[in-house]
Amino acid sequence: MKPRLELRGIRKVYPAVVANDGIDLTVMPGEIHAVLGENGAGKSTLMKIIYGVTRQTEGEMFWEGEPVTPANPAHARTLGIGMVFQHFSLFETLTVVENVALALPEAPDLEALSRQIFEVSERYGLPVDPRRLVHALSVGERQRVEIIRCLLQSPKLLIMDEPTSVLTPQAVRKLFETLRKLAAEGCSILYISHKLDEIQELCHTATVLRAGKVTGTCKPAEETPKSMARLMIGKDLPVPQHGVAAEDGEVRLKLAGLSHASDDPFGTDLKDIHLEVRSGEIVGIAGVSGNGQQELMYAVSGEEPLAEKFPVQILAAQAGRMRPGRRRKLGMGFVPEERLGRGAVPRMSLADNALLTAHRRGMLKHGLIDFKAVAAFARECIAKYNVKCGGPEAQAKSLSGGNLQKYIMGREILQQPKLLVVAQPTWGVDVGAAAFIRQALIDLRTSGTAILVISEELDELFEICDRIAVIANGRLSPTKRTAETNVEEIGVWMSGMWPGSESETGESRVA
Amino acid sequence: MWPRLEARAEPSNAMRYASPLLAVALTLLGGLVIFAALGKNPIEGFRVFFLSPLKDAYGWAELLLKATPLMLIAVGLAVGFRANVWNIGAEGQFIVGAIAGGGVALYFSGSTSPLLLPMMVVAGAIGGALWASVPALLRTKFNANEILVSLMLVYIAQLLVSWLVHGPWKDPEGFNFPQTKMFADSAILPILVEGTRLNAAFLIALGALLAGYVFMHRSFMGFQMQVAGQAEAAARYAGFSAQRTIWTGLLAGGAMAGIAGMGEVSGPMGQLTEHVSNNYGFAAIIVAFVGRLNPIGIFFASLLMALLYLGGEQAQQYLSLPSSISKVFQGMLLFFLLGADVFVNYRLRWSGGKNR
Repeated sequence: MKPRLELRGIRKVYPAVVANDGIDLTVMPGEIHAVLGENGAGKSTLMKIIYGVTRQTEGEMFWEGEPVTPANPAHARTLGIGMVFQHFSLFETLTVVENVALALPEAPDLEALSRQIFEVSERYGLPVDPRRLVHALSVGERQRVEIIRCLLQSPKLLIMDEPTSVLTPQAVRKLFETLRKLAAEGCSILYISHKLDEIQELCHTATVLRAGKVTGTCKPAEETPKSMARLMIGKDLPVPQHGVAAEDGEVRLKLAGLSHASDDPFGTDLKDIHLEVRSGEIVGIAGVSGNGQQELMYAVSGEEPLAEKFPVQILAAQAGRMRPGRRRKLGMGFVPEERLGRGAVPRMSLADNALLTAHRRGMLKHGLIDFKAVAAFARECIAKYNVKCGGPEAQAKSLSGGNLQKYIMGREILQQPKLLVVAQPTWGVDVGAAAFIRQALIDLRTSGTAILVISEELDELFEICDRIAVIANGRLSPTKRTAETNVEEIGVWMSGMWPGSESETGESRVA
Repeated sequence: MWPRLEARAEPSNAMRYASPLLAVALTLLGGLVIFAALGKNPIEGFRVFFLSPLKDAYGWAELLLKATPLMLIAVGLAVGFRANVWNIGAEGQFIVGAIAGGGVALYFSGSTSPLLLPMMVVAGAIGGALWASVPALLRTKFNANEILVSLMLVYIAQLLVSWLVHGPWKDPEGFNFPQTKMFADSAILPILVEGTRLNAAFLIALGALLAGYVFMHRSFMGFQMQVAGQAEAAARYAGFSAQRTIWTGLLAGGAMAGIAGMGEVSGPMGQLTEHVSNNYGFAAIIVAFVGRLNPIGIFFASLLMALLYLGGEQAQQYLSLPSSISKVFQGMLLFFLLGADVFVNYRLRWSGGKNR
């Protein structure tokens, strides 16, 4: 049988970096092929070449035996290549059918298109109403719209870029069923991920990339997560060392009936949230993205202060109306999910970015900056947190996502916060750095800090948290001890249905 | 084949600083073309415009005299510009500073106190800052765009000074000219070099550059404002006050423009007239950008801009060109700077046919 897609010796050179270096890849019809690798390993670049977004510097691509070089995504689509991006490209104020119509070369009849969408969604188990407005859809539903958009063009190859990072475990299972069905009909699938268990469950073959090169090809069913991780990062994964959580430490963060209407018309209103985080414990908040996590972060950090004082209590102070500076003074540290532009100033040096939040640690004299103290702090942070960079003068944006995240985490931890609030601690961070960051959080908790982690990665929460709660549609579930619950139960809660919740009515945002 | 601008991954830092020099060179070249197009000998035009103003010590003193208000205003504006606070109304703040400083001089016209001049400086600063506080207030309270508000206030300030010198402050012995009476000697800034018009305002401007340098590059407040300018979300995350940034940015520009205005009436003019400003408030915006919002750069950029002013006067006299030739050169300088900056951040790509 002719391979559907074959890459030979693909090399892509950017001015500063070689993203792909001699990559060979063969995908057969009906094969689900995983492309596995850490962040920055070159997966995205490779997919962009296949989809015609960018062109290789060297090497050849064969499509069903014929040499091709897709000039642009439209060309790739006419060949039969479809791609579902990690970040969706949908217009929120338009309906599903209108969004789909926009991607078509000619203006279609919306009625007929709606019927087509309905048929495809029936056939592949992707229920979505074509007439609904996109902003009212859950993330899982939006992803279905993206997939349907691709399927309408009957692709022969479907590229999925980290598709499960926004889904509940149950939704992941449904997606896998759809993908298996597609593959059984002969459609090839390129599945990009760094989640080893998913790849084992779904994929027939895996090509592993590290630093732009292929480090191995394997059949995931015959491997263990450990052996694949070794291929991916070149060494064994460290196992986090726990230590005992303190029982009944003092309450460092208390949310007492926090309600807040979002300014953003497509945002989520927070509704009557109650939570306590004590000294010496890590509390995790799970949930599908877009269910109020961002709004909760803004309310806790003070970036969007509340009208009332009591709903947010930090170290016994009623902090609801305080701005971030005053909350930090109380002893709170804070790591936002956006690293560049919020957690760090992209075009400033690492030293300047230390000054950003650590300035209370003896970096100022009479309102003037003590540059020596700043540089010393930055150097300490770089050394202790193993940040790969060009030194304290390196620009923040020159660091890889994982290294910048280590730096920001280090900056907040070195200030010895009494309360640390972290969003997505390892989002987009490679496996090795993620393990390091999780260990740092556990160590900090053991030393007595109260930590609140908001994350969309369930595995991560189960690995580091002492208690877990779920946020769904702006409401927070009760917390449960991690040892007394499991992924299944939290997964159900993520769709808004926990004991005593009022969302049996189906208003939840989860598919 | 159509050219397309493509963002550079890593804009060159060296080019960022070279771009003002490139803009100057292109402006000179453009000048030669314009002289030729106007039927003048380009080499002669170049000589008259750029060299003859500096042929003697008096010429150099005039250069520093003209550069003084530009330096003062530009360094004040740079404080705000670095934080994305766009005060475009320095011209109006300059005028109100001149009115306030001049008002003190007129009110105490009998006084010989050495405190009179310091009082006038303070009054000028307050006047300019007051005028700039209007856009600051409207921006922080109602989110009104400070570009529009500050710009519109320029016209109000112009009408205000016009009314004063045509009305209540008109010199009764001034043959009905729209001007105040001449200030007393004690209200005139001391001359620095005998035989020239260069006065103590130049020292104030140098002091302002130094203070500006310390504020922008050494102080924590300056750092906070720079963060606000580069990444608003990061400033909010770190807990820096956005309102304080806006107020500081606008008041710094206003106060400096006000002092510059006071220095003009208390220096070369010696009285308040309708035409107190020579467009310094707008030219200083160009100076601030050509100087890369950096006090050292602003020093040199203001000398260059002053030379354009002097060259324009010479060109009127000796080449019989209209006075607007100065503005043509200012415009070219800004145009070439912005153009060069585009190519620092972007490159041209020629792509065949339609893309996507």
